[in-house]
Amino acid sequence: MGTAYLDHASTTPMLPEAIEAMTAHLGQVGNASSLHATGRRTRRVVEESRETIACALGARPSEVVFTAGGTEADNLAIKGLFWARKRPRILISAVEHHAALDPAYWLGDHHGAKVELLEVDEHGRVHPDTLRAAIACDPDDVALVSVMWANNEVGTVQPVRVLAAIAHDHGIPFHTDAVQAVGQLPVSFAESGVDAMTVSAHKVGGPIGTGALLLARGVDPVPVLHGGGQERDIRSGTLDAPAIAGFAAAVHAAVERRPATAARLSVLRDDLIGRVRQAVPDVILNGHPVERLPGNAHFSFPGCEGDALLMLLDAKGVECSTGSACSAGVARPSHVLLAMGQDGARARGSLRFSLGHTSAEADVDRVAEVIGHVVERARRAGLS
Amino acid sequence: MLAAMSGGVDSAVAAARIAEAGHDVTGVHLALSSNPQSYRTGARGCCTLEDARDARRAADVIGIPFYVWDMAERFHRDVVEDFVSEYAAGRTPNPCLRCNEKIKFEAVLDRALALGFDAVATGHHARLSDGVLRRSVDEGKDQSYVLGVLTRKQLSHAIFPLGDSTKAEVRAEAARRGLTVADKPDSHDVCFIADGDTRAFLAERLGAAEGPIVDALTGQVVGSHEGAYGFTVGQRKGLHIDRPAADGRPRYVLSIEPVSNTVTVGPRTSLEVLSIVGERPIWNGPVREPYEPITCTVQLRAHGEVYGCRAQLSGDSLHIELDAPATGVAAGQGAVLYDGDTVIGSATIASAA
Repeated sequence: MGTAYLDHASTTPMLPEAIEAMTAHLGQVGNASSLHATGRRTRRVVEESRETIACALGARPSEVVFTAGGTEADNLAIKGLFWARKRPRILISAVEHHAALDPAYWLGDHHGAKVELLEVDEHGRVHPDTLRAAIACDPDDVALVSVMWANNEVGTVQPVRVLAAIAHDHGIPFHTDAVQAVGQLPVSFAESGVDAMTVSAHKVGGPIGTGALLLARGVDPVPVLHGGGQERDIRSGTLDAPAIAGFAAAVHAAVERRPATAARLSVLRDDLIGRVRQAVPDVILNGHPVERLPGNAHFSFPGCEGDALLMLLDAKGVECSTGSACSAGVARPSHVLLAMGQDGARARGSLRFSLGHTSAEADVDRVAEVIGHVVERARRAGLS
Repeated sequence: MLAAMSGGVDSAVAAARIAEAGHDVTGVHLALSSNPQSYRTGARGCCTLEDARDARRAADVIGIPFYVWDMAERFHRDVVEDFVSEYAAGRTPNPCLRCNEKIKFEAVLDRALALGFDAVATGHHARLSDGVLRRSVDEGKDQSYVLGVLTRKQLSHAIFPLGDSTKAEVRAEAARRGLTVADKPDSHDVCFIADGDTRAFLAERLGAAEGPIVDALTGQVVGSHEGAYGFTVGQRKGLHIDRPAADGRPRYVLSIEPVSNTVTVGPRTSLEVLSIVGERPIWNGPVREPYEPITCTVQLRAHGEVYGCRAQLSGDSLHIELDAPATGVAAGQGAVLYDGDTVIGSATIASAA
């Protein structure tokens, strides 16, 4: 029995191009900061990768700052801009990933930041008026605004361009976590108008442990990591040339194929939603009905515990996620669903299926085959 | 089958044994605190983040699926709050016994059965075959006492794979199987009281309330205390009585009266009881309900002495007449009846005289 891997939003298999690019450099010595021939050769790998990524994402090469992943990029954007701007208010959406929310809360606890959550509607969208009203309280006191491009749990896409324009009307820098969006939605850094954008390699078929913060010219966050002064002095640390090469190959391939992939995944995803609904008539689809990631299907199963569903599906070879934060593996109701106005019980009975480049009809068939029985079982076990 | 894995050596070997026997086994660690760091640190307890990680590692080595089940609310309600309210009522509860009764073999078992599992396996040292519970071959580690509260139905879905082994054998087997918990120290005391200070734990929840310590022989107030819940029948230390007793002998706690917040003390001889009344009787052994007295033995606390007795059920009570006097018999503890090494029933001690 094979496995239906429907957890691509957690991490997706590496693309062959990325493996090839990365392994080609793994055996080669070289520090991109060294001045000799070996160093220059390594630097060339990094710079070509930077150009590839910039080109694929509508940015200038100089705007790409490599980091060790999405979490670091979010931390750098939020802490760095807060410190650089020396103003107290951080306006951040209530449905951000913890990699964005927790740095903000930490600044609140230790550096006097006033963290103000931007409310979302029942679909998880931040309305432009919500941001306008929040800024209007005291525009001069806002350090930054952070709203993700697309939500990692429920897949809802935010009106980032509109929101960024509102922030710019008041000269406030706007950060977006686009980790889930790249490769699934058209993402252009320049056209979006955002000042800082987080990207992660392993969500698009690159290696885990590499990412980037795209920073528009003139946006200079205070560094979080100090050291050798790499990456415009904003992010010190020896550059991981092989991983960066894999990252670039993955972004290039994923963005190039995006229209076809997105179209194919939407069809699969809609099929999945339809067949889950057929098997479980009272299932609730969470997130925006239209403005959502093509690979995301997020459900609440009334009367079930998400943990129980996940375990039973795992035993049947279907791998998905409860999408909630874990501590010692203990699931808490998702802050995203709670922010969308759901009660704790419904939030706890939720599952995320996320499709990606290796997903096929057989995966959907497997879910359709077992979901009815699994939900029935989990319902009997109830909400403990 | 579901294997409850605490992160300790016993439950790891128990899970490994049933997996090796060819059963389809899933390991589950019970998260008993919603804020796990607040519980024990180090390797003494069974509810820390480190324990969860140890359990996960053991499951990996055994090669079985592993999940954490959040039982924090149930545990808090049925074990921690019960522990506090029992002390407040002047009794001395056994939380391990309560946890087996209400968590492992009720909340967890019910959920497991509903999810399609047939049984729950634990690393308790006790033998169980054909629904009959017996002492472990390792008398020093025997845990049949804390399982004596389980009903026949609960026992019919329980598996204790370690009953035929000594603790030393279990440790050796863990090492042989490459389970890194082989050398982990045994857990002690009450797992949800981080520093082991039960009196401080209770004081924090019940508040300090000064009350008298009364001498049973003279009726005189001989001292005071900060809360009757801090005492256990049979306790001698920590009474802080300044006046010596008339007979010059040490005094022991004889009874705790929560309403008047009075602790009564007296000589050791006054602690001796021959007759015990138990409530909430469970009849789970191979012997029929004794509506006429039967001869058997009884254990009155964990790792406690065993007394010859006659036991009889009447109504909702279990009456136990001891052959020889016992001391330090505290209400709230379990009285577990044995026929040889076989558990035949149990009850919660309500009173003793």
